[in-house]
Amino acid sequence: MKMRWVLVGLLGVALVLAGVVSRFADSDPDGLTKVSQDHGFAHTEKAHGALFSGYGSLTGVIGVLVVLALGAGIAYAVRRRGSD
Amino acid sequence: MHVPDGFLDAPTSAATGAAAAVCIGVALAGARKELDDKTAPMAGLVAAFIFATQMLNFPVASGTSGHLLGGALAAVLVGPFTAVLCMSVVFLVQCLLFADGGITALGTNIMLMGVTTVVVGWLVFKLAQMVLPKRLSVVPICAGAAALVSVPVAATFFVALYVVGGTADIPLHNLATAMIGVHVLIGIGEAVITFAAVGSIIAIRPDLVYGARPVLARRELEIKPKAVA
Repeated sequence: MKMRWVLVGLLGVALVLAGVVSRFADSDPDGLTKVSQDHGFAHTEKAHGALFSGYGSLTGVIGVLVVLALGAGIAYAVRRRGSD
Repeated sequence: MHVPDGFLDAPTSAATGAAAAVCIGVALAGARKELDDKTAPMAGLVAAFIFATQMLNFPVASGTSGHLLGGALAAVLVGPFTAVLCMSVVFLVQCLLFADGGITALGTNIMLMGVTTVVVGWLVFKLAQMVLPKRLSVVPICAGAAALVSVPVAATFFVALYVVGGTADIPLHNLATAMIGVHVLIGIGEAVITFAAVGSIIAIRPDLVYGARPVLARRELEIKPKAVA
């Protein structure tokens, strides 16, 4: 398969996972959060502000695109130049 | 396993922040050997894929979920140095855009879920490749084994950090048992996802999988003499 189509396919999969499949994600606390609740140190958490209030279909898709841009940008910046 | 602000004290967070900065510096230098015009876009997509997959919490025990960490997956797909950069980008965006993981804990999260899972994952992957048959079909199995081990090791690293700089007095035995126990289960999910993801890309374009290239090179060396004969 042509490189371009593999990359487009991977991006499509990432966008569908973040935008659609994420709706079906388990909403229970994750391993560390649950352990912190069960063992009495969850209250030591200090919340901080962020651009979005949480993960949703739209914010997830935006997140994927921001990570892609940053990741690819860094990778292009440090890559070997002029390779074949 | 995203550590929020407040779980670890300031000196510990500063130390993990410094360690993460050093690791990113090493990764920036090392990634130059792994990245060229062909693999650079792949690195961005791997980071994006791991970000998306980390949103997909799956149930592991009653009232507990887990999600892919992805360090072993990234290391096998794009190489260990590039993988550290991919993971760091994911945690930076999660922290600043989504408040997922603390700001003072960013270095902690990069060290735990980025550097640890990449380094442990890559070592286990290479070890499994040495022991198992050098076939393309074995690469996803090696990647799954790497993923399986990487998650409880990261959990153990958290427990160690908590012993040094935890802000609450939790008995070590209780914390270690709970953290490692649940993360062994999450590691099984990590192994399944990593096996499937690496297997899918190998089925389409094995040359895009960094960890499969030695096997591919070997295969070509073996096939060519037969073609001549």
